[in-house]
Amino acid sequence: MSDKRVSIEEAVATIESGMTIGIGGWGSRRKPMALVREILRRDITDLTVVAFGGPDVGLLAAAGRIRRLVYGFVSLDSIPLDPLFTRTRERGGLEIEEYDEGMFVAGLRAANARLDFLPIRAGLGADVLPANPRLRTVRSPYSDAEYVAMPALPLDVALVHVNRADEQGNAQYLGPDPYFDDLFAMAAERTIVSAEKVVPTSALLDEGSFHTLLFSRIYASAVVEAPRGAHFTTCAPDYDRDEAFQKHYAASAKDPDAWAEFEQTFLQTDEAGYHAAVARFHADRGES
Amino acid sequence: MTATRAEVAVVACSDLFRGAGAILASTVGVVPTIGARLARLTHAPELLLSDGEATLYADTPAVDEPFREPEAPFPYARLFELIARGRRHVVMGAAQIDRHGNQNLSAIGDRDRPTRQLLGARAAATNTVNHATSYWIARHGPRVFVDQVDVVTGVGPARARANGADRFQDLRRIVTDLAVLDFTGPDGAVALASLHPGVTLDRVVDATDFPLHIPTGVSETRLPTDEELRLVRERLDPRALRDREVTAS
Repeated sequence: MSDKRVSIEEAVATIESGMTIGIGGWGSRRKPMALVREILRRDITDLTVVAFGGPDVGLLAAAGRIRRLVYGFVSLDSIPLDPLFTRTRERGGLEIEEYDEGMFVAGLRAANARLDFLPIRAGLGADVLPANPRLRTVRSPYSDAEYVAMPALPLDVALVHVNRADEQGNAQYLGPDPYFDDLFAMAAERTIVSAEKVVPTSALLDEGSFHTLLFSRIYASAVVEAPRGAHFTTCAPDYDRDEAFQKHYAASAKDPDAWAEFEQTFLQTDEAGYHAAVARFHADRGES
Repeated sequence: MTATRAEVAVVACSDLFRGAGAILASTVGVVPTIGARLARLTHAPELLLSDGEATLYADTPAVDEPFREPEAPFPYARLFELIARGRRHVVMGAAQIDRHGNQNLSAIGDRDRPTRQLLGARAAATNTVNHATSYWIARHGPRVFVDQVDVVTGVGPARARANGADRFQDLRRIVTDLAVLDFTGPDGAVALASLHPGVTLDRVVDATDFPLHIPTGVSETRLPTDEELRLVRERLDPRALRDREVTAS
């Protein structure tokens, strides 16, 4: 059996400028933030990013790494909007392909099934159609019904963060929702799985039932152990969203000087430096 | 007992679910969330409620309290299956709604360089062509009720018909802090259904930046019953979060 464990640097070194990358999680929930931070440290640009967006999209968009964003929404959940994303859009700095969430899911399913499209009711009459000239409708051969032919959203690489994985990439979530991480993995040529903890295969059922096994090693190409690798988004039950830090992120994002300081403190450092800076942030606020 | 404007709006939201049966009630905002829970405690006991994360819950707690009794798992992937099947009534918000009942959640202004970027499309298009959809507007004003939305995310009746998307469309009502509106105007245009007690017709007309269809004999939105007021005040919203969302004046 192959050991797919690599360092975060090695994993992200395989991502090239111009690629289409899918980012798992949902809004500000179980995002592969450690992988995103590593992209920010490198000279990777011109990306097409496909995501149910949260701070992953905000950070990459503000840093100018995204050429085209394929998305249904960008939200921080407890804070409705991501200021980095909204600011980037409002200064005209982002090409978008906006889909309704239902269409987005159909696009991932089509990519896995190696279909050009899947028919879906959603989108008819909405501005996603006129806004995207590549979108077509399809007539049912069985009735007069017309559907949106949602094009496949194939990915060069998917990035997902899970609670546990074994060294071959069998991935497990222990929180309430798998989100669409399995669909992202299935829609991609290869998938980088970061995990809170890499455990032996035999230990995968120590903490969760059989049904928490999200996808198998067939969909994983690299495994990165990244403790607190979803920070500051939720990674229940390992940890909840760091609301204080997310507030600090959102407040800093609204002011250029504050943002420069945020970048210097938290982003212009390696992963260990990031977590040390976050610990100092909480210590300075008088938290233990 | 004298009901506040917020309480009138809560009951108007509760009434959205009359006769609903075993469907999922999804709500955005404090007032409709209290309304859905009130419906389940009174006239619509079969309603399903979700915590907005991944669980359907069986108890009906206060709006700012966690549930204690999970009923079934409900991850997002399952939500999209349920929407496609149509067994849901959603109450969405809107940055804009136009006279034709189209909704905008995405952005204000030019598509490539919006003056104000909002959430994005979310699932509004999916919702409006698949199952019962209503809206909740906490501040009825001319910047929300516009002649034409900048981006169509939720599809109104005329556009649905023109695009063959009306087969499962089921637009119900728009509840605001001033009135209840519906889609019974010409060609599905937005119409006035009832005025909340103490609100004049002129006030609603002034707060709506398009010619609102006004049928003859507009009624008054009903007042909560004593039982409903007790449930709202003592059980569902004892800390009066509803008054932060609706400031009646």
